[in-house]
Amino acid sequence: MTTILSIRDLGKSYAGGFNALKSVTLDVQKGEILALLGPNGAGKTTLISAICGIITPTSGHVTVGGHDIATEFRAARAMIGLVPQEISLEPFETVTNTVRFSRGIFGRPRNDALIEDILRKLSLWDKKDSRMMQLSGGMKRRVLIAKALAHEPRVLFLDEPTAGVDVELRKDMWNIVADLKADGVSIILTTHYIEEAEAIADRIGIINHGELLLVEDKATLMARMGKKRLEVQLGDPITAIPASLARHNLALSTDGMALTYTYDTNAERTGITGLLNDVAAAGLVLSDVQTHQSSLEEIFVGLVSGDTT
Amino acid sequence: MNWIAVASIYRFEMARFFRTLMQSFLSPVLSTSLYFVVFGTAIGSRIQEVEGVSYGAFIVPGLIMLAVITQSISNAAFGIYFPKFIGTIYELLSAPVSFLEIVLGYVGAAATKALFIGVVILITATLFVDVQIAHPLAMVAFLVLTCLSFALLGFIIGIWADNFEKLQLVPLLIVTPLVFLGGSFYSISMLPPVWQNIAMFNPVVYLISGFRWAFFDTADVPIGLSLMATGGFTVACLAVIWWIFKTGWRIRN
Ligand SMILES: Nc1ncnc2c1ncn2[C@@H]1O[C@H](COP(=O)(O)OP(=O)(O)O)[C@@H](O)[C@H]1O
Ligand SMILES: [Mg+2]
Repeated sequence: MTTILSIRDLGKSYAGGFNALKSVTLDVQKGEILALLGPNGAGKTTLISAICGIITPTSGHVTVGGHDIATEFRAARAMIGLVPQEISLEPFETVTNTVRFSRGIFGRPRNDALIEDILRKLSLWDKKDSRMMQLSGGMKRRVLIAKALAHEPRVLFLDEPTAGVDVELRKDMWNIVADLKADGVSIILTTHYIEEAEAIADRIGIINHGELLLVEDKATLMARMGKKRLEVQLGDPITAIPASLARHNLALSTDGMALTYTYDTNAERTGITGLLNDVAAAGLVLSDVQTHQSSLEEIFVGLVSGDTT
Repeated sequence: MNWIAVASIYRFEMARFFRTLMQSFLSPVLSTSLYFVVFGTAIGSRIQEVEGVSYGAFIVPGLIMLAVITQSISNAAFGIYFPKFIGTIYELLSAPVSFLEIVLGYVGAAATKALFIGVVILITATLFVDVQIAHPLAMVAFLVLTCLSFALLGFIIGIWADNFEKLQLVPLLIVTPLVFLGGSFYSISMLPPVWQNIAMFNPVVYLISGFRWAFFDTADVPIGLSLMATGGFTVACLAVIWWIFKTGWRIRN
């Protein structure tokens, strides 16, 4: 594994004195997809902006491919592509010119074949001569992605790329992300859609109030923090949990038709065998049994509400 | 130097200009013609000669300067204000470009447009009056330097402005009066002595005087002083821009 992006104690206080980013430290590997999850105002955009040169960090260091973003900004920024959260494009410019401009300001010589390839992958080719103001919102977002890819970055930031985006574009986008990953490009994306992070990320970072609460392998995170629930549907309602079942960690549903047992998948013993035996011994009739794995969403909500379990 | 970036910015900005070429071309032609009709004919019939030059010809350098200064400022101010306003500046900030490259691209394009308009006015003027150019090289040098230095000023205004009113404010309240009071349409020596002294604090006086010297070999202030004032103004603008990028003022808060 090679570290491509290294963030050390990165902090940002805005002009008003508001401390939006507090000493974030994070490494991103070559070819990995990192999803940053966090509620609105958590500091996700601030973090990305400080790395990409949009805002000046107040403390800390960042290197991209070993190049410091402050002292070797040319080498560092040349490796970075950014798809911003907000759509902003020159209204009167055409798609091709705008994308060509992006490649140009990154100091790369004109390459029409590459730009054609990018535009085709993003289903923008038949819109190549359209002006920005003639494009729909989804198309504009595609243009932003095309611009970010025009200089062949090694690290790509996607700031809430799927907010308000149609299914079609989401599919295209994840195909592109998969292709880039296969090419060894690292992708850092922020999202509100937890299923999305769950589906495509290799690692997940959770950020809140400007602090990176944790970064973990997605699978490890799910396993470490994931609790499972066993739900036992009863044939006949009961009014209280029988005394013989009191030693198990059980909850009774309000209608008295279901018992919920919460256990840790990592524990040596899950206690399921004992529970089911005791349920049978108590004379309860089972109509169904289901298990349910905690989703990332539950982990996330647990973390940001301060309950890290 | 990231020359490809400079060229990209320059080309992108020029494309904006070419999209409205007719408008860019017609408006200076029209306004110059009007100036000649109003000033040349109405006033020129009363004022025969200024410093040995026919009044119609005498106002040509001032007319060009007036247009070139206004155009340089507004082109450059708008050029950098617009990306800030619509948000596309994020891309410039994230690109491997230095402040010098950004300035070269934007200021270069703004100065080119202004230069183009200056030339259009000069050509239009020759349709009305007989224009002699005593020092053609100096004339071109003054014209280019003026375009560049005021485009730099415009760039600063564009960075400073955080709304459209401010974008108009400086050109309207400061630059236009300075240009009109800078001897565009008269010789400083025609003013009462007190005003002559006050005029010496107007930087535009030096520019117009130098420019007029290139045309007619006569000047209100020594040509060396004109050059120094213009050069000094350019350096001052560059210093401010360097500071802006160094501190991220109004850009990377
Ligand atoms: N330019 C700014 N000046 C002052 N405060 C800001 C600025 N930009 C963002 N903030 C504040 O910083 C915090 C983090 O914002 P942001 O990074 O945009 O969050 P996120 O992208 O996670 O929604 C928010 O409280 C926001 O109000
Ligand atoms: Mg954000």
